[in-house]
Amino acid sequence: MSPTVTLPPHPVPARPSRTGPAGAPKIEAEALSFFYGPKQALHDISVRIQPNVVTAFIGPSGCGKSTFLRTLNRMNDIVPGARVDGQVRVDGQDIYGPSVDVVALRRKVGMVFQKSNPFPKSIFENVAYGLRINGMATSRSELAGRVEESLKQAALWDEVKDRLHESALAMSGGQQQRLCIARALAIRPEILLMDEPASALDPIATQRIEELVYGLKRDYTIVIVTHNMQQAARVSDHTAFFWLGKLVEFDRTDKIFTAPAEKLTEDYVTGRFG
Amino acid sequence: MRSRDLGFRLAVGTFALLLVLIVAAIGFELVRQSWLSIDRFGLGFWRTSLWDPVGGQFGALPFIWGTLYSSIAALLLAAPVALGIAVFLSELSPHWLRGPLTFLTELLAAIPSIVYGLWGIFVLVPAVRSLEASMPEGLRQLPIFSGPPLGVGMLSAALILAVMVVPFTSAVAREVLKTVPLAQREAAYALGATRFEAIRAALFYARTGIVGAVMLGFGRALGETMAVTMVIGNNPQVSASLFAPQYTMAAVIANEFTEATDALYLSALVEIGLVLFIITLLVNGLSRGLIWMMARRSPARAV
Repeated sequence: MSPTVTLPPHPVPARPSRTGPAGAPKIEAEALSFFYGPKQALHDISVRIQPNVVTAFIGPSGCGKSTFLRTLNRMNDIVPGARVDGQVRVDGQDIYGPSVDVVALRRKVGMVFQKSNPFPKSIFENVAYGLRINGMATSRSELAGRVEESLKQAALWDEVKDRLHESALAMSGGQQQRLCIARALAIRPEILLMDEPASALDPIATQRIEELVYGLKRDYTIVIVTHNMQQAARVSDHTAFFWLGKLVEFDRTDKIFTAPAEKLTEDYVTGRFG
Repeated sequence: MRSRDLGFRLAVGTFALLLVLIVAAIGFELVRQSWLSIDRFGLGFWRTSLWDPVGGQFGALPFIWGTLYSSIAALLLAAPVALGIAVFLSELSPHWLRGPLTFLTELLAAIPSIVYGLWGIFVLVPAVRSLEASMPEGLRQLPIFSGPPLGVGMLSAALILAVMVVPFTSAVAREVLKTVPLAQREAAYALGATRFEAIRAALFYARTGIVGAVMLGFGRALGETMAVTMVIGNNPQVSASLFAPQYTMAAVIANEFTEATDALYLSALVEIGLVLFIITLLVNGLSRGLIWMMARRSPARAV
């Protein structure tokens, strides 16, 4: 789907009408631009993401929502030719600053991917991986305890407690995705980034993920990318709408879906294009 | 259109079948030509060490030993280097260096065996001789370093084989590493992995294929003839020493085939060929199987 074919009836506003609801932000992007080689994927994005809420990024394919999500834990660093302009601050600290420890950043900002990507190891070892490489469990019992706790948080424990040492690849798609969530939670991040976590799952598995996301916001700041507007409406408190690499509008989810400030947002959420 | 399609399929199918038939025919012919020896010595051929063409006594053990010893030693030397090259080329190398380096390592595979042999005789063997001579007395007491420092012998053979196997193994290992999904590395990075830890995760994912790549190099080392014949010393003995001149199956066939005048002698040499054929087929079959399993990414076993 090429975005040039379905041009919006209105031009993208030069400045987004809102950069987010008020309050002290957990994550703050300021004038962020992103380039894949010569191609600019994000234009001058400024947002303020609040702690302990679920923030959804919506927009059509190729609008830059996933790219923006991946700038928040510097996952784009591993893409050759990627370049960032502007600032992203987490807890007030610029994560692209010269003295930043990327490993520590990613420990604090966990991520779940579109396609579940468990390691070809046992269920237990998948969850234990992050704890092991970061030296976060000093004893076997502590390790086992944290694995159990994470699997419980991801609502997976009851299904797998009797087969922790079986291969993770033998699980269903929905279970694999919840395992990836448990794996991300095990190292106790403060922020959880989710890149279309349910797009490859059936409706029932999707619902379980959504319930999980809703429950997790008490302890985590969650940013979820989705191309499914109903999903954004169901799980999120705040919603940001992206279009052609630009942020169009960012506000409370109910406002975005019922009384958006921009005509472009309204056309998108009412399904007039996209 | 349909019948033409069928014709095409039949034609290429025939070629494919032909290949299977050729392998089967080679096997059959090896058995037929070596029947005299098989009949005379039975399984003792695999187990006895006496190789006496004049007395009509033939045992292949020293050749089997020499072949396996040189190939395994070569493997131990080559595998870490080849793996290092593969990891460097696929994960760490700057982009501009990747092409030329890949080209150069693959060029190594194109050098004729005989040229390696000449290099072995004039450069490697003298170097190995002085290395052996400078070995401290304490170490010389160990069985694997015993015997006079001749230069020619197992160590030279293993080294030359290792050099010949490295480009091969590293090329396959690189291909295998390429099949590891980016999502696996991303999963590791997202959990706070360093570059080294992410590479380890990728290697773990690719482990079956990596083993296959190493075994494929092993299969190649087993059958390598010319360069080994020129540096191994060609002495049929079962010795644990890296310094001892020994013999391989391929080398004895190459050296003695023209002078094998009586039927039993000839038959015994062909049987050595048969043994080599069987071992090589098994090793290659196993390694191809492992790589294939990897490419297909069957759900791996839990560890």
